[in-house]
Amino acid sequence: MTEPSEQAKPADAALMAADAARAAEAPLLAVEGVSVRLGGREVLHDVSFAVGAGQFTGLIGSNGAGKTTLLRVILGLTAADSGTVRLAAANGAGHHTGQRARVGYVPQKFAFDSDMPMRARDLVALGIDAQRLGIALPSRRRRERVEQMLAAVDALAFADTRIGSLSGGEQQRVLIAHALISRPQLLLLDEPLANLDLASAQGVVALLARICAEQGIAVLISAHEMNPLLPVLDRIVYLAHGRAASGTTQEVVRADVLSRLYGRHVDVLHVHGRVLVVAGAGDDSDLEGHEGGVSGGSHSGGAEVVL
Amino acid sequence: MKAVAHALLEPGFFSSSQVHVAVAVGAAAAVVAAAVGSFAVLRGQSFAGEALGDIGATGGAGAFLVGVGPLWGFLAMGSAAAAVMELVGIQRARGRDLATGIVLAVGLGLAALFFSLDATYHPTTGATQTILFGSIFAVPGSTVAPAIALGALALAIVVALHRPLLLVSASPELAAARGLPVRALGAAYLLALAVSVALAALTIGTILSTALLVGPPAAAMRLSARPVRAMVIAALLGVGAVWLGIALSWDSFYWPPSGHGWPVSFFVVALVVVFYGLAALPRAWRSRRCGQRHGAPGQPPTMPARGRRPAVGG
Repeated sequence: MTEPSEQAKPADAALMAADAARAAEAPLLAVEGVSVRLGGREVLHDVSFAVGAGQFTGLIGSNGAGKTTLLRVILGLTAADSGTVRLAAANGAGHHTGQRARVGYVPQKFAFDSDMPMRARDLVALGIDAQRLGIALPSRRRRERVEQMLAAVDALAFADTRIGSLSGGEQQRVLIAHALISRPQLLLLDEPLANLDLASAQGVVALLARICAEQGIAVLISAHEMNPLLPVLDRIVYLAHGRAASGTTQEVVRADVLSRLYGRHVDVLHVHGRVLVVAGAGDDSDLEGHEGGVSGGSHSGGAEVVL
Repeated sequence: MKAVAHALLEPGFFSSSQVHVAVAVGAAAAVVAAAVGSFAVLRGQSFAGEALGDIGATGGAGAFLVGVGPLWGFLAMGSAAAAVMELVGIQRARGRDLATGIVLAVGLGLAALFFSLDATYHPTTGATQTILFGSIFAVPGSTVAPAIALGALALAIVVALHRPLLLVSASPELAAARGLPVRALGAAYLLALAVSVALAALTIGTILSTALLVGPPAAAMRLSARPVRAMVIAALLGVGAVWLGIALSWDSFYWPPSGHGWPVSFFVVALVVVFYGLAALPRAWRSRRCGQRHGAPGQPPTMPARGRRPAVGG
């Protein structure tokens, strides 16, 4: 990645094109050659991809493909054995400001006790200033900011309910609000759609797409099932066996690219607007371990194994 | 007003200096226990608090041996135990019970030795009863100032770290992702827990200290869904239980068998349990009236279910 060259003064159209090019050259998140070994096993191998400001990126792969590890490396919670992760905030023109980009995170596992004295709005308020000392003094500005955030994720109806007695989809919204209220430039979500029914999952995806577009926040969302995300994805990072392929959906979700990634032949089928990644005929025995992977519950014990 | 008080309380209550000390130390202990104990319940460290209390018995028995106030024994032993727990690995979910259990076993073994030595060298002091079940009326006036200072320290820790601790308690992963120093927070909290347990042990004894630490916060959590409000309610319930317990214990001197007052600790623990039971009523009432919006009432918070009594001679 080279820094943008000296500033010329081109005409407007050329300026806009140059800006777009610079934004691509100055990504918010640049993961370069990241490898991670955990307990002697190589979880990630030479993973490289970039996320530009405001892009909606899907991190797709079956369970155990290394999605959570990759997100933890980006957050700085797991150290990479080699490679670099750069989180560089950029201004509107795509210039790096020299500061680290602010990152919001929605973890995969959360188990709040149902009797925990914390309302949805309390957890969202903690998103503003959990690192500050002392008890938060009630202020109208703080309350209004929390109220707006709750409204943005359609969580006002259960704002005063204990977080532990909310449904999975409701908790997901509250956690997204908790992450967004600190005004991140990049939002990382670890399997937010797992354990949600189809309607809740579609609701969360629509919500994220709206916020991503309205507030210009880049989203990196991991999922084992790509279909609910396909309509909104700008780019895709496909993980298999710790290796990654990235690009637009058309560039990545292709038989040749994925076959190379999986190390065996797979087909990509388009069925009624859904994309199915299917192991080639006669190759079933190799794939037993990956059943229940990429497309979750969509296979029903048919002849072919759906990845 | 005073006439009403005198009708309820037996004579001498307001003029006794022992009562003054008990009321001051008891209130400080209850407030600190409520603030610190609320996080113990949230963090799932009630067992750690219980263990720190039990180990305080070792410190208290040791303090009797060398002839210093029990508070210093509780404090020294409690903070040492907290440090060991931290090193063994209380920050991991599985390590938590392990660390606590190991430290508890070692501490209680020493307690058995110290109590037996106490009985040999100071046969008349009743150390076992005093340390295990407390005797707040026997707290010397000179202990009031250090007790309140220590209480202020523990309170300052949990008030200063309130927001970070709240997020760590709700979700360690969210806190870590935000860059909060999860381990350092845990260590600072454990220190506050050790101090508050020492104060509670001074009030109602080492064995019963958990009741003050866990009972009022558990009751308050049923009454309010707001974190700060729940802590304030817990403090009010705790102070109420301690003061009422002191008054009842004073009165009980005139109850049959006359001339032998019932222990304060009994009344405090009984009141805490009653408060905990009563705290379930508003929600039960509400769910009967409005039907259940968010069904599952869930598991009640853990109460100190004490079946175990360390067998010590004395």
